[in-house]
Amino acid sequence: MRLATLFALCFSALVFAGAEVVEFSDESLRSRYQNLVQELRCPKCQNQNLADSNSPISKDLRREIQRMLEEKMTDREIKNYLKSRYSEFILYRPEVNKNTWLLWGSPVLVVLFGVLILARHRRQAKPLVAKGREMIASDQQRLNAMLGDEENQQ
Amino acid sequence: MNRLALFVPLALFAGLSLVLLLGLDKDPTELPSALVGEPFPAFNLPSLMAEQQFVTEQNFKRDVVLVNVWATWCFACRIEHPMLNELSAKGVKIIGLNYKDQRAQAKAWLAERGNPYQFNIFDAQGQLGIDLGVYGAPETFLVDASGIVRHRRVGVVDERVWNTEFRALYEQLTGSEQ
Repeated sequence: MRLATLFALCFSALVFAGAEVVEFSDESLRSRYQNLVQELRCPKCQNQNLADSNSPISKDLRREIQRMLEEKMTDREIKNYLKSRYSEFILYRPEVNKNTWLLWGSPVLVVLFGVLILARHRRQAKPLVAKGREMIASDQQRLNAMLGDEENQQ
Repeated sequence: MNRLALFVPLALFAGLSLVLLLGLDKDPTELPSALVGEPFPAFNLPSLMAEQQFVTEQNFKRDVVLVNVWATWCFACRIEHPMLNELSAKGVKIIGLNYKDQRAQAKAWLAERGNPYQFNIFDAQGQLGIDLGVYGAPETFLVDASGIVRHRRVGVVDERVWNTEFRALYEQLTGSEQ
């Protein structure tokens, strides 16, 4: 119970930040608003999204997003509007371009690298496996021969 | 071949260290400016001094100007102000953008500390601030005669910043010696 209270206290600031009442003419805009403020970054803070930040600039930008949603702008248009003013910094999900291709491509590169290493290993291992099989076979023969001999002796 | 392969982790480590070392010098709070090379955004806002009077970007067309974003609540603006007075005395045209401020306080500030501005735009809601991508005062934009933003400084413009970031460009744009 005390732990739960502590936990609640630790996170209450996050919950209350940006919890101003936002009114929409159409309730369907609310979920889009929530998505946008989660995905856009506060330009003044180093690592907070607009939803979590209490800084004045975040408040202003939340108001702007609300205004643009009411003006029937699409999510892409809203993001472009903010990007043209605050640069790509504001997008928590950066676009693919010449600066970010390595970032986006690195998971693929790592997987390809892994596949390459795996393939190399297999190729190197193949003769060893074959040799191993032969040894097992010859050992088995010897074993059979020995066992056979023993049985014969008994 | 295999012996050389043993050095691969070391090489990777050295490469990563180099990248991180270069990253140390970067200021993470400084955003790349989206506005440099773009026209100064259009606006129509009241003047700080004369409430009834509206100013637009046409008011400083055909002039090379500094647009300085300031506010009385901005502590660093206090530090910056004497430098702006100095630049203004040298003949640099400075337009003030009074950002999310109280009119009376802003007027009192200028009366007390001197007024280096040609005129002041009174942006109480921060609308032009958003169009400029302002995220913290003071900020200073260098706008050329055709209304294109040529440089942007987030933070205080002091002697050093003026000499390293603005001076050469300003002289080139105006064709004068500062």
